[in-house]
Amino acid sequence: MCTYATMTAAIDGSAKGPNGSWFHVTNAVAYFDHPVHAMAEHTLNLDFTDPSRGPSARVALELSADSARELVAAIQAALASAPDELR
Amino acid sequence: MLASSGGEEIQGYLAQPHGDNARGSVVVIHHMPGYDRATKEITRRFAELGYNALCPNLYWRDAPDASPDDAAAACRAKGGVPDSRLIDDVGGAADYLRSLPTSNGKVATIGYCSGGRQSVLAACNLDIDAAVDCYGAYVTGTPRADFPIKITNLVDQLPALRAPLLGLFGNEDRYPSPAEVDELEKILQDNNKPYEFHRYDDAGHAFFAVDRPAYRVAAANDGWERIADFYRRYLAG
Repeated sequence: MCTYATMTAAIDGSAKGPNGSWFHVTNAVAYFDHPVHAMAEHTLNLDFTDPSRGPSARVALELSADSARELVAAIQAALASAPDELR
Repeated sequence: MLASSGGEEIQGYLAQPHGDNARGSVVVIHHMPGYDRATKEITRRFAELGYNALCPNLYWRDAPDASPDDAAAACRAKGGVPDSRLIDDVGGAADYLRSLPTSNGKVATIGYCSGGRQSVLAACNLDIDAAVDCYGAYVTGTPRADFPIKITNLVDQLPALRAPLLGLFGNEDRYPSPAEVDELEKILQDNNKPYEFHRYDDAGHAFFAVDRPAYRVAAANDGWERIADFYRRYLAG
């Protein structure tokens, strides 16, 4: 199905995007829905964007549900492993 | 470019058979992943079946000239296509098709996935001669309240359905579930609406999608036969 479920987050960072160029990203969108490329019916999709630069300023990920959960855990672990003074 | 009923121009993908014989037309409503190659292939198939076919780019206003996947992401981030805009854009596409010199005046809609719901939505609000709903979720059923994209079912609009409806569904689909298809069928019966449903075992959501794992050749082949027969009856001049 098209799930319509869409979660957004304001982010501050950089991503390497179209044409190998780095750009500042301000928005993240997460949704569980049909992928464009991954061979699965539904995937956890992530878009990292800077809407001020237009729709093509986007880095996209399509992850299986299990691998998305592993990624969340890895991000949490990486953040937790950093010394307090660096966070 | 085609003029939406709302007055703005949007992009569309037009496929036409050779020749100058009068023929019916089909508005192809793309799925949520957008105005993509697969939907354009479907549009060309309707030309091969003998119809003028037009797929409006429902994301044109959000991301003109962007690649289909970027446009879909941009539209989604903005909250999706409002129902009122969908009606304007499909209405504009239908007007464009009726204006073609080869048009016999008849226009149908067809949509897949989210477009299935939108095909029914269009047929409840526009003068359409036939509508096809391929596994559209939330024609009936209740969307979760916490969906950031605000969507409603069409239960209150179905009594206003103006066109015969062909529904094609997979019995393994959960959105719409078989029970939700049952609910839709009962509403159509209670309101004396002409309809025809076909439900396929060993098929779930998106069984027409030839480039996806969900593709089910038997269901898709039969579904195409049902669509051709339905349009042959309702789009004849």
